[in-house]
Amino acid sequence: MRALTRIVALIAAVVLIGASAARAQGYEAAVARFAADSFSETDAAISAVAASGDPRAAQVIEALQDARLAFSPGDRKVYIRAKSGELIDAATGRPAVGAPAGLKPVRLNNRLRRSVDAALGALTLLSSDPGRRLEAAQAVFKSRDAGALKTLDAAIGRESDSRIKRALTEARAAVVLHLAEAPLSERMDAVTVIRERGDQDARALLAALPEATPDRLKRAAADAVGAIDAQLAMWDSVQNAWYGLSLGSVLLLAAIGLAITFGVMGVINMAHGEMVMIGAYTTFVVQELIRAHDPALFEYSLVAAVPLAFLVAGLLGVLIERGIIRFLYGRPLETLLATWGLSLVLQQAVRTSFGPTNRDVGAPSWMSGAFELGGITITYNRLWIICFTLAVFLLLLGLLRFTRLGLEMRAVTQNRDMAAVMGIRTSRIDALTFGLGSGVAGIAGVALSQIDNVSPNLGQGYIIDSFMVVVFGGVGNLWGTLVGAFTLGIANKFLEPYAGAVLGKIAILVLIILFIQKRPRGLFALKGRAVEA
Amino acid sequence: MLTTNSKLAGRPLSRRWLGAAAGLALGFTALPAGAQDTIKVGILHSLSGTMAISETTLKDVMLMLIEEQNKKGGLLGKKLEPVVVDPASNWPLFAEKARELISKHKVAVVFGNWTSVSRKSVLPVFKELNSILFYPVQYEGEESERNVFYTGAAPNQQAIPAVDYLMKEEKVQRWVLEGTDYVYPRTTNKILEAYLKSKGVKPEDISINYTPFGHADWQTRIAAIKKFGSEGKKTAVVSTINGDANVPFYKELGNQGVKAKDIPSVAFSVGEEELAGIDTKPLIGHLAAWNYFQSIDTPANKEFIAKWKAFTKNPKRVSNDPMEAHVIGFAMWVKAVQKVGTTDPDKVIDALPGIEAPNLTGGMSKMLPNHHITKPVFIGEVRDDGQFDVVWKTEGLVPGEAWSPYLEGSKDLVADWVTLKCGNYNTKTRKCGS
Repeated sequence: MRALTRIVALIAAVVLIGASAARAQGYEAAVARFAADSFSETDAAISAVAASGDPRAAQVIEALQDARLAFSPGDRKVYIRAKSGELIDAATGRPAVGAPAGLKPVRLNNRLRRSVDAALGALTLLSSDPGRRLEAAQAVFKSRDAGALKTLDAAIGRESDSRIKRALTEARAAVVLHLAEAPLSERMDAVTVIRERGDQDARALLAALPEATPDRLKRAAADAVGAIDAQLAMWDSVQNAWYGLSLGSVLLLAAIGLAITFGVMGVINMAHGEMVMIGAYTTFVVQELIRAHDPALFEYSLVAAVPLAFLVAGLLGVLIERGIIRFLYGRPLETLLATWGLSLVLQQAVRTSFGPTNRDVGAPSWMSGAFELGGITITYNRLWIICFTLAVFLLLLGLLRFTRLGLEMRAVTQNRDMAAVMGIRTSRIDALTFGLGSGVAGIAGVALSQIDNVSPNLGQGYIIDSFMVVVFGGVGNLWGTLVGAFTLGIANKFLEPYAGAVLGKIAILVLIILFIQKRPRGLFALKGRAVEA
Repeated sequence: MLTTNSKLAGRPLSRRWLGAAAGLALGFTALPAGAQDTIKVGILHSLSGTMAISETTLKDVMLMLIEEQNKKGGLLGKKLEPVVVDPASNWPLFAEKARELISKHKVAVVFGNWTSVSRKSVLPVFKELNSILFYPVQYEGEESERNVFYTGAAPNQQAIPAVDYLMKEEKVQRWVLEGTDYVYPRTTNKILEAYLKSKGVKPEDISINYTPFGHADWQTRIAAIKKFGSEGKKTAVVSTINGDANVPFYKELGNQGVKAKDIPSVAFSVGEEELAGIDTKPLIGHLAAWNYFQSIDTPANKEFIAKWKAFTKNPKRVSNDPMEAHVIGFAMWVKAVQKVGTTDPDKVIDALPGIEAPNLTGGMSKMLPNHHITKPVFIGEVRDDGQFDVVWKTEGLVPGEAWSPYLEGSKDLVADWVTLKCGNYNTKTRKCGS
């Protein structure tokens, strides 16, 4: 019985192979062209493989997309490297035995990547995997491949998932809109579908209609572009506000440590930026260690780096306070020069030990990419940085307000002599306060390593902005720093689209100077005895 | 490294000198009396400050080249002695250090500078003291000085071919020229704008933007680029963003999902060194135009990379375009000195035009009368390992043009230090000096 089914299956297979022999031959000839190692031949091969209708076509093109397609320069055979690492002969579909060494990957350029997307999109429209169907629909929307129209209709007919169905309908509309042979009424309907989509891709599609389009269609498309523009313009200000929040959070993160050392203690610490830099390098070291010992933990590298960066930068801060700054209290000019010199020393020390080039701090997957919210794009790393900044801010606020250390810090700031009389060891508090400010700067470095260079110059870019935020917000007040940072961030981002980045920055500086003339103590001025001290 | 000066650099050399002298003595019956002294080579690259990221590597390359030349027996029977100074990314300090090299250390030649502003600051010093500078970085052109030899790319050896590639291969119709706000991007973009307009690109299809040095917040700009690209015409970004600003630019580009197959960007200041600091997976397919890529497969390049990795004792060390420019420049200078038999600047300057030296990509670069060199142009696409895949190259070598034919003020100017003895000869008025 078993033998019989086997024979039947074999006969069926032979018949099938016989029927598709011509097809397979076309496929094999097409696959062989991948070995030519020229971009134009590869392009021809992609379309030929896709047109062959062979069931193996999708597999080959997918391998090409993932850089898993290789050829041997000697005998010009093409191989697929399966995801398991096994080598498959692309022409026969069987595992390759005795494949020659020195396989070269089939190379792609941007034009070919677009061809691959288009071909793969058309081939996988009817895939059983919903994720791939969605991807395919989006690929066809971009490629507008008229050959995919029939498959699209079939796919729309049997699709049950409403989201994929909409994507398929949009893809069909994109194809039809640019198909001169299609009836006008269908093309008009296509405009409506694309207008509903309403994003930048839709706008591009409508705006790209060629000159020789019927007037009625042209007018409808122009109307739709206008409507989409109006909608996008509304989202523009939301987007600017979001960017402002994001920039504000970066400013706040960089300035919050300074708000303690400069704001609370009154030390002009020019080496503040270098504490941020050291925090970033701590992240780098943590990631290197994790990569070397347990790559599986990479996703948590930033979580591990936060306390370490705090400790490293904080300890360094305590050392700096004990070693240099305590001899200079009350002499702002000397402090400024000494800490400036110190910042150069720290930069050069890092440059000598880690090298002058940028270091690669990787992003864990939960901090990469973006998602669309209405008409704006929100990147995950910015979102996390905003959350992280607010958490750090609240923690710090709580520390100053509710702990003994915080109480003693405030006491020393307000009246040093009285605090000393009450039994507080003011010199110890000075060291701890400076250490705290530096440690927070170190934490900022962990976050900034995700959006900026990790190089010895990292800190320099933030020192001026940090002072600006603290001075603008009001010296000695954490809330002032918060409001100051977000005000500057948002103002900057609303100015930038109109004035450009350079002029925008200048305008902000001028505004701050004018503001300080009017309110020399910043937004939130400290009142009381501390002011006179 | 900070304190490297002639004394420190000279010490290990003098020890090696003993062995080399013994070797030489076998060849010559008697050493010439003057052979005791050395030929000094000045190296003027920032080892601290913002430019250290790029320039430190060039200092290392020069040390390697000099060491190699000494192993071959030095030059004119003398050893070469590197003199390293640190201008600390401080433009006026470049002029002071250049003066120190020429007047105090009496160097025969200087290899150095990266930014255009630092080059402009040392020009008067080299003219006044009549010495030679080899400048290895791609720059904006519009200059040709008797004392300077430009081994990096002029705009027609990098920017123009890159734009041509995008126009022909990618069918780009809309252009965003994104640059850092200083002289190189501004001049290059001026040339590109004129060039694009001459090719029939409409003014509304060109958007030019500048951001400050070290710009870190690219959210608004990337969003604007996406918006500019939604006009229904193929859009590309031509980036003259410099130095540190590139990493946040590419990180934001990757995060906001701007893919090279939709909106490609081509960069003129991003090489292997800059990419070493980023995860390049989201950036696959973005382009860079250079005259050299580490990934180019020639015997000369393989040998150079192996030597470089051994010299720096770092198997991960990458090589880049300005390094190759120093390799070519140094070889040309050595040949010129050997040709005239002296390091006298006037004689070497006159001997240099016409000298040929092999580049690392399999061609023979030639020093031209305008003090620029011939170079091949390559367009590379970013790979996932931080290297570039060459997708296009020019047929032969492209001669460097000092003065751009696309700019109003410079299209009548020619530079010729051989027959005309002039860096800015005006072909209309037939006068030297514009």
